[in-house]
Amino acid sequence: MKKDWLFLMESMLFKHRLLIWGLVAAVVLTLPFWGLSLFVMRTIIMIGVFAMLALGLNLLTGYTSQVSLGHAGFFAIGAYTSAVLMMRFDVHFLVGMLAGAALAGLFGLVLGIPTLRLSGSYLTIVTMGFGEIIRLIIMTWTPVTNGTLGLMSIPRPRFFGTELNLNNHGFYYLMVALVFLVALFCHHLLNSKVGRSFRAIGEDEVAASMMGLQTTELKVLAFVLSAFITGVAGVFYAPLMGFIDHNTFTFDVSILILSIVIVGGMGTLRGMFLGSAILIVFPEMSRFLMDWRFVVYGLLLILMMRFRPNGLLGWQSRLPYPIRGKKKEVKGHGISKRQRSF
Amino acid sequence: MAYLSVKEVSKSFGGLTAVGGVSFEVEKGQVVSIIGPNGAGKTTIFNLLTGVYEIDSGTVTFDGKPIHNKPVQDIVGAGIARTFQNIRLFPKMRVLENVLVGMDRKMGYGLLSSVFRTPKFKKAEQEFTQRAIEILGSIGLGDEIHNYAENLPYGAKRKLEIARAMATGAKILLLDEPAAGMNPQESVELMDFISSLKNQGYTLILIEHDMSVVMKISDKIYVIDHGVKIAEGKPAEIANNEAVIRAYLGGSAKDVKSQ
Amino acid sequence: MFIQQLVNGLALGMVYALIAVGFSLVFGILRLVNFSHAAIFAFGAHVALFFIGLEVGPIPAILISMVLTGGVGILIDKVALAPLRKKKSIPIAGLITTIGVSYILQNILTIVFGSGRVHFPAIIPPGGFDFLGTRITSMQILMFGVSLTLMLLLTYLVNHTKMGLAMRAMQQNPKAARLMGINVNSVIMFTFFLAGATASIAGGLISGFYQMAYPAMGVSFGPKVFSATVLGGIGSMPGAFVGGILIGVIEVMAAMFLGSAYRDGAAFVVLILVLILRPQGLFGRKLALKV
Repeated sequence: MKKDWLFLMESMLFKHRLLIWGLVAAVVLTLPFWGLSLFVMRTIIMIGVFAMLALGLNLLTGYTSQVSLGHAGFFAIGAYTSAVLMMRFDVHFLVGMLAGAALAGLFGLVLGIPTLRLSGSYLTIVTMGFGEIIRLIIMTWTPVTNGTLGLMSIPRPRFFGTELNLNNHGFYYLMVALVFLVALFCHHLLNSKVGRSFRAIGEDEVAASMMGLQTTELKVLAFVLSAFITGVAGVFYAPLMGFIDHNTFTFDVSILILSIVIVGGMGTLRGMFLGSAILIVFPEMSRFLMDWRFVVYGLLLILMMRFRPNGLLGWQSRLPYPIRGKKKEVKGHGISKRQRSF
Repeated sequence: MAYLSVKEVSKSFGGLTAVGGVSFEVEKGQVVSIIGPNGAGKTTIFNLLTGVYEIDSGTVTFDGKPIHNKPVQDIVGAGIARTFQNIRLFPKMRVLENVLVGMDRKMGYGLLSSVFRTPKFKKAEQEFTQRAIEILGSIGLGDEIHNYAENLPYGAKRKLEIARAMATGAKILLLDEPAAGMNPQESVELMDFISSLKNQGYTLILIEHDMSVVMKISDKIYVIDHGVKIAEGKPAEIANNEAVIRAYLGGSAKDVKSQ
Repeated sequence: MFIQQLVNGLALGMVYALIAVGFSLVFGILRLVNFSHAAIFAFGAHVALFFIGLEVGPIPAILISMVLTGGVGILIDKVALAPLRKKKSIPIAGLITTIGVSYILQNILTIVFGSGRVHFPAIIPPGGFDFLGTRITSMQILMFGVSLTLMLLLTYLVNHTKMGLAMRAMQQNPKAARLMGINVNSVIMFTFFLAGATASIAGGLISGFYQMAYPAMGVSFGPKVFSATVLGGIGSMPGAFVGGILIGVIEVMAAMFLGSAYRDGAAFVVLILVLILRPQGLFGRKLALKV
């Protein structure tokens, strides 16, 4: 029998969780002062953006097992809405964020209601078209989107009179704050009856409906929240880039987000960070990888599905289920010994 | 009027009649079994009762209210829950979580409560988790609450399905072949458990092939063949019913009695 | 003008129908939405382009491409999909795998041919005739004729041959088909070959019509073909036929009446409307749930 190293590791992590979280927080908060180059800092911010995007798609794909190929569309809606509002009407970044994310969520609602009554494959078909339609709208709705020329010099967010940028690490801290909030939101949501019902639907929709779950409404909820978070990421992305056009939000972006979710581990939050780090960093490593990266993304999807559908960090916890109201401690094996699935 | 009353219910698929004008009644607190050969339409009846399929004609009333052709969720809400012939748990979720999903409707907190971890959320989670643990304890799965459903042995999976159906707050449990795949000892335990459910006030409808189980615990038996009811009565009456023996057992009365 | 556009729409729609048939065949047999189908179509166009470059002539090039692309279809199934069926993986594993395959094909084409639009020579000499003031080009006749012939051939094959019988049996009930001694693997292989081969011919026709090919063709035409399939009813051959033609006609009409920008959006609008009004499509049956 395999040694239960997983249980040992998990209980170690659990025992020292305060220390570990403290260290993570210390590293994350002091990172700008480590003398990293702007290029590295920018890459780290990109990892954060894509972690956020993956957290958004994960709500849908990782939990309710619905695949979207149109998240680049929601990403674009968030980015364009806030950029246009900030440029034309001079609204504050946070107002733009609320509007951008809300509009992305609204599109999710409109798209989700007719589609999610049906079986899962329809959502994938519809979202694939949706991503292209949004690009089409960007290209043709010139008075608002400036058409194929794109939006240039998008204003940077300002807080208390200070403009956030790469040099003063404002972007970095804004990213950290957003990623933290999104992750916390997902964590709380998923460790509640909502998250349980999402997972139940993902595993067996018919059985879930027979438990009285309003499966269509819940799937729409997952889709709307997923679109909303993706919109938030878009709102942050636009001023970070400074320039956006229809080619910023291609099908490639939707596939990249999906690949991050699959590689990191569907249905985990931790996996989104690792997946994003791997898939954002590796194309930077060599010219060859840069040219072949899209092929590699596709290959990753196939290989993961075949050999490790749970993703790199997707494992079944060996710790006992955290029962509310009980003192948090780890006593012995939560999972009985005779049935090991690994 | 009976607690659950099924009147002249029919269902056909593309011209093929699966259930043709079946009627039966279930009184509160009874254990009623539906038996019949494979493909007789028993599971289809469950699917009609629980709203998986719409019925073509007939009525189903439960506690005085018509429930046929209502959405499955409404029927669960009214108090009818089921298990599945080919076990349909949420395999990658914990045993406890499977039961908590069954309680989802009753937990009564919303999206914002979960995100902001309000006292309402905490209280509901704590309370229902305790209740879930109690249900699991009562069915003999108390040691497995932390395990994942897919890791359970076959018999325990069937028990978990029953626990999950109980968790919905159902008054009537429809059990589709609960003893299938169980060894004799597990079957005996299951019978005891079903009797205890009856004592707790549950009404049960069973589809079962294991005659030793059916004959011992049923208050009433309905026999279905080719989508129509061919007999009904108390276990002793069914065991001696010539029509049943001919159609269903294909043998003599002795074969049934010897069970 | 209207009639002229109608002719355009019919010719294009017939090719869409041909692509949709392959997509529907695979769905019928495996209950799998094969997202790589659109990329296979683009792949077929480029293989034809490659052989045209070797100066074998356009028609032989398309025929070679047909065989090769059909083979790629089989290869995709053997390498990527069959192992998942064997392992009884979760349903979205198949879906995600076909997305991966589609993406690989598209990007291999990009690496080999570049991402831009490449000239695709005319398949047949330009020509045509005028009929009641409407110009019908020889290319349009070719598109219409070849697609229609192939579809009739496929319909005959499915309805009147032993292999077709096996395919229909699998569509009805895969488990029973296996028990009846049907060689499930060869039926699946044959279906993937047919789907790949027809998509590749469609690729050649579409590229010949627009006189260009580009690797992202799959992404542009995919949503249209998927809309056509859903409109007709996924898994239905007559549905694919009618859906394809309707989408082709609707597309050119939208371009004519609303402006060319609406051309690509039309199929999407149709798709959403179908899902709201008649999700099973024109010819589809509601699938009975197995519980």
